[in-house]
Amino acid sequence: MSEEIKTIKVTIDNITIDVAPGTTILNAARQIGGDVTPPAMCYYSKLEGSGGKCRTCLVEVAAGSTADPRPMPKLVASCRTGVMDGMIVKNITSEKVTDARNGVVEFLLLNHPLDCPICDQAGECHLQDLGYDHGKEGTRYQFARRTFKKEDLGPYIQLHMTRCILCYRCTYVADQITNKRVHGVLDRGDHAAISTYISKAIDNDFSGNMIDVCPVGALTDKTFRFKNRVWFTKPVDAHRDCQTPGCCGKATLWLRGDEVFRVTARKDEWGEVQSFDGKPGWICNTCRFETKKTSEWTIEGLTTISRHSVIGANKYKTLEMPKETVKEVMNGVEPRLLMDIHSISGVNDPSVHLSEIDRPAKKDDFKK
Amino acid sequence: MQRMSKKLLLKNANVPGIRQYDVYRREGGYVGVEKALKMQPEAIVEEVKKSGLRGRGGAGFPTGMKWSFLAKPEGVPRYLVCNADESEPGTFKDRYLMEFIPHLLIEGMIIASYALGSNNSYIYIRGEYDWVADILQEAIAEAKQNGWLGKNIQGSGFDCEMYVQRGAGAYICGEETALLESLEGKRGNPRIKPPFPAIKGLWGCPTVVNNVETIAAVVPIINEGGEAYAQIGVGKSTGTKLISACGNINKPGVYEIDMTISVEEFIYSDEYCGGIPNGKRLKACIPGGSSVPILPANLLLTTAKGEKRMMNYESLSDGGFASGSMMGSGGFIVLDEDQCIVRHTYTLARFYRHESCGQCSPCREGTGWMEKILLNIEKGKGKISDIDLLWDIQRKIEGNTICPLGDAAAWPVAAAIRHFRDEFEWHVNNPDKCLTENYGLRHYADAIHVPA
Amino acid sequence: MITFSKDKLDQVAEIISHYPEGKQKSALLPVLHIAQNEFGGWLDVPVMDYVASLLKLEPIEVYEVASFYSMYNLKPVGKHVFEVCQTGPCMLNGSDDIIDYIKQKLNIGVGETTTDGLFTLKTVECLGACGYAPMMQLGKTYREHLTKEKVDAIVEECTQISLTP
Repeated sequence: MSEEIKTIKVTIDNITIDVAPGTTILNAARQIGGDVTPPAMCYYSKLEGSGGKCRTCLVEVAAGSTADPRPMPKLVASCRTGVMDGMIVKNITSEKVTDARNGVVEFLLLNHPLDCPICDQAGECHLQDLGYDHGKEGTRYQFARRTFKKEDLGPYIQLHMTRCILCYRCTYVADQITNKRVHGVLDRGDHAAISTYISKAIDNDFSGNMIDVCPVGALTDKTFRFKNRVWFTKPVDAHRDCQTPGCCGKATLWLRGDEVFRVTARKDEWGEVQSFDGKPGWICNTCRFETKKTSEWTIEGLTTISRHSVIGANKYKTLEMPKETVKEVMNGVEPRLLMDIHSISGVNDPSVHLSEIDRPAKKDDFKK
Repeated sequence: MQRMSKKLLLKNANVPGIRQYDVYRREGGYVGVEKALKMQPEAIVEEVKKSGLRGRGGAGFPTGMKWSFLAKPEGVPRYLVCNADESEPGTFKDRYLMEFIPHLLIEGMIIASYALGSNNSYIYIRGEYDWVADILQEAIAEAKQNGWLGKNIQGSGFDCEMYVQRGAGAYICGEETALLESLEGKRGNPRIKPPFPAIKGLWGCPTVVNNVETIAAVVPIINEGGEAYAQIGVGKSTGTKLISACGNINKPGVYEIDMTISVEEFIYSDEYCGGIPNGKRLKACIPGGSSVPILPANLLLTTAKGEKRMMNYESLSDGGFASGSMMGSGGFIVLDEDQCIVRHTYTLARFYRHESCGQCSPCREGTGWMEKILLNIEKGKGKISDIDLLWDIQRKIEGNTICPLGDAAAWPVAAAIRHFRDEFEWHVNNPDKCLTENYGLRHYADAIHVPA
Repeated sequence: MITFSKDKLDQVAEIISHYPEGKQKSALLPVLHIAQNEFGGWLDVPVMDYVASLLKLEPIEVYEVASFYSMYNLKPVGKHVFEVCQTGPCMLNGSDDIIDYIKQKLNIGVGETTTDGLFTLKTVECLGACGYAPMMQLGKTYREHLTKEKVDAIVEECTQISLTP
């Protein structure tokens, strides 16, 4: 009798990892972490049925499994493809993937208004990140961009349909977390739009979570609208004893001085709400929109922010250095540098960790 | 002397009153069901495998194999769904079958339902075929009255109900998972596969979705045996195929061919298309429905190797996409020398933009982009760089979408540029002339030099 | 108060019986067809809300579906809707000329309705009648091999129907 297989092996960009059967390629890659993890604009691990739509997480399967090592003929959506034992996946090591992903990003930006300077999502927008990584300077699109009729969704949520990439996440939130869905995807093709059809206010205890799952600036917090730029605010983790059933009461407060500008759920390194005790940490609208005094919260401390994020600017603590695996996965090839700054300057010596200095760095910090 | 093609599906199409049960039965109808109900379901699947029947909806996947993939978990219903959502431009063969010989489809459905163990089977028909749905409903009622549907059919112990469901205008519902979504009362968004319908289909149950013609072909397969069926045709193109011919031909219509005739014979013989009207010359043809590659006359009639091109799966795809096309759904569209490839390609691009469900980004954004560029070129407002841009857009859609609509939208544009690039360039270089004149036939029918 | 006649309600119940218990959402497309026929050729919000209540669905589920499929009209249309196919095979056989002729004859653009509310002109994509091009859908059936003369006759025929009480 054969023994029960507890884990299976998958190789992603030359890094091999053991994962539980049933894991998707994307989640296996997230276990490795760093830059071998495909970007995901529509998949959301806490929302059942999400994923497969945006096509940014396409990867190449160079070998299906040990049993059937044939490559898959097409690129596959890593968020919806399960790993097989012995599967070999190429993400950043595949030119085909890079080419396709550049194409997807171009498609996603084709009708996007690029109004980042006035968009509240700027600084924490996944499309912005994707654009920096894969976008091109300028557009090849010579036509008027698509526009939509404005729709008012009530006092809490601001809808900017022109920015929407139709990830469907907010519809899953409405279906799975709120008691009733009143909005959805209407029409079809390039006219498809998020709407209530009858301009109804979206009003229920958990609707605000639609804002947190939105990867772009299509759904933003009306109570924070144009109030501040996120990178000027200081995020702190806080909690309160919330009585709303289903609310975890754990949030991130976005402060300037003592003023709470915005309350969101706590996000993990993939931009998803964090889980607490195995449950997604959704927060209720009372916590999010109506509890905006620091006195109403117990503040735990500064929120950990990725060092690559603009939100980390001017915050000198709790920055996390993302894992960099380029050298490892590219068979030892270092990233190509235009010049090595360290060869001529002592500033920014990599052995000095900026995040450990509790103030702006000075020249003395780099003196050995 | 003209050799008559063997007819299996349409042999009684011209019998007066064949639409009615009594006439259909008198002409040997429902004998297939009688025979099938005496067989084991697995034996029927075996016969279909032996027949080599390939899905007639467009993809050409072996039907017997598809049937054998159907999961059979204990206590879970299984479903057979007939895809009658015929909407690929150039294709109107299923409508002909359903409108004139509805009982052939019903008979095939009963046999297939029995073979697959489906006690409730559905025919999902495109919403616009409203009157055809009525015809099918009448045929189902007649079949039921005569004991071919309902409880304990012909004393076999097999129960089967059959329902017709109309769509409401969406090409995408011809994609099998979108069809199932639509049948569940939802938007026709294709599902992400896996799981395939054979495991999780209609309402999460194992399901087989087959095209109308595929299911109808099961009747002669059971009547004559899988092996006899496989002997008709050539190679992996077994049996007969319905071809719906349209465009610039003298006799547009639906023809049943046995896949041993040449493309040239099909276009020019009086038994089929009867040539091109007004003595015009052939410029181009899309042999298998709008998504398959268009070919110029010279590559259509002979392959790049210089062989006569035949009307079957292998020969039509000879040369791959570089110099061949596909059998597809059998929608045969002929363009004469006065037709404009750019305008025709534009109408197809408009079609695919209109029919994109909008779920995944390459198709949602890419189809509209291609349509706009093609319209510019058509109107004499294009640039030479637009042609390369079109090529790059279609390349980035193809293979990167959830369902085959992305490929279907990309291929016609790719093939048009591949074979007719000079016509696109002429449009760009002659912005005024292209509004009043056509590029014409030029060299598209010239014999191609074949290296020895 | 919007409601189906007894007859139509029976028809809805019959349709629901086609599906397993609890899967009445499957009846949505056929019931929307009936509703459109019954309530003036288009689906107004109260009509869709009524369908939602009949099938125990949220209204948004009905709006999502109604706006997806091209056969449902979400705005009022004329009594006779000319839906002329303009895709490739029909274009090869002169559908552009037919569309132009109808525009000129009825003095309306595509998507518009005549001032007397009798005719609406729509262009549609492939209706699966490529061998009988050019063609249009008129109500339940197709009108095929269109010529200018045939268009004249169809307009006349529709006008006559509207005159008969």
